[in-house]
Amino acid sequence: MSKRGWQEIPIAGIPFLESTEYHTGDWKVFRPVIDEQKCVKCGNCWMFCPDSAIEWDGESVPKPNYKYCKGCGICAEECPAKAIEMVR
Amino acid sequence: MAKEFVPNIRQLPKFMKEDPGILPGHRACAGCGCAIILRQLMMARRKPLVIANATGCMEVVTTIFPYTAWKTPWIHVAFENAAAVAAGIDAGRNKLQRSGRFSDDPDVSVDYDVVALAGDGGTYDIGLQALSGALERWHNFLYILYDNEAYMNTGIQRSGGTPFGAWTTTTPVGSKIKGKPLTKKPIVDIVVAHRIPYAATVSPAYWVDALKKFRKGLETEGPAFIHAFGVCPRGWRTDTKDTIKLSRLAVETCFFPLYEVVNSEWYLTGPSLTIAKNPERKKPVEEYLKLQGRFRHMLLPENKWMLEKFQELVDENWEIILKRAKNV
Repeated sequence: MSKRGWQEIPIAGIPFLESTEYHTGDWKVFRPVIDEQKCVKCGNCWMFCPDSAIEWDGESVPKPNYKYCKGCGICAEECPAKAIEMVR
Repeated sequence: MAKEFVPNIRQLPKFMKEDPGILPGHRACAGCGCAIILRQLMMARRKPLVIANATGCMEVVTTIFPYTAWKTPWIHVAFENAAAVAAGIDAGRNKLQRSGRFSDDPDVSVDYDVVALAGDGGTYDIGLQALSGALERWHNFLYILYDNEAYMNTGIQRSGGTPFGAWTTTTPVGSKIKGKPLTKKPIVDIVVAHRIPYAATVSPAYWVDALKKFRKGLETEGPAFIHAFGVCPRGWRTDTKDTIKLSRLAVETCFFPLYEVVNSEWYLTGPSLTIAKNPERKKPVEEYLKLQGRFRHMLLPENKWMLEKFQELVDENWEIILKRAKNV
């Protein structure tokens, strides 16, 4: 038997799918709804979202992505204009 | 000296959209404070990152086979050797840069920042010797400790980072003991004792401060250490929406002061500096405790001594930092 080198060792446990294919949105009970009239576009909701579920380009009104939003409610709590409401 | 990094909320979304670093769809609990820390780290990048992630919450939730939430090179290592693997990555980078092996290959970049990422179990308890060794060998990397104050993903066992009086499954509240009878380990003091060039504490609620510190840590030549405050709604028995509120209250009550240590010189930053100059702004620690189910027993009248002791410990720690700080 020939000696085994490091190149023959099988590569172990490499995740090959992006997690965006797994939709965590069905965890939530409440979903955030942004009031476009009240929004001051400060970006707090975008900054503090743990799931990158707020889509924002830096200028317009942010848009929650319900595919990934887990409904934690941080955005509604941190909104200085109280423009986000958690709706069942 | 490079130009100081000033985070701009108008430009960060474009930067994160082009190169997100971490993707949505990871399975952190709703309202996870540590996931916010990861996003803020990604916002502060200057070069691509290579991350060595010790076992812990952030490793478990981001890479559940076959999915991965990382858009950056990432390796999962055991609890005890995140710092050792990061040190190896740093040594490999130095060798490749010196030998110029990939200098004519446009597809391969050997110019990157090395980050070791570990929780409080992987830093306070299990990974401490690897961390100490890597700091002593003066490797050029940034070590990020996201501190959720117990072994959360295995079922809320106490760790060296659990504060006094906190309920965990291994320090339950009963007639013999009421939560953890001991205090939190002063990890930044231990790290600073290695005379490293940069160490800092970070709270995700103060994001400008946090992003600046992450960038400073990445820019530092030599080892850097950042202690980040990660609220855990699941283990702390808090409401998911209170994550940022708690990160803010922890700083305002001086339970978790924000400071940086540059070449063994202590400087308070941001809101903690304001509190140091206006002591009347310091809030009583009760405000921080009453939001958390793990401290519920401390608010009962018969356990008033615990509340007083907690306040005493916080004040003592704050006095020590005030004495050390150069800019107060």
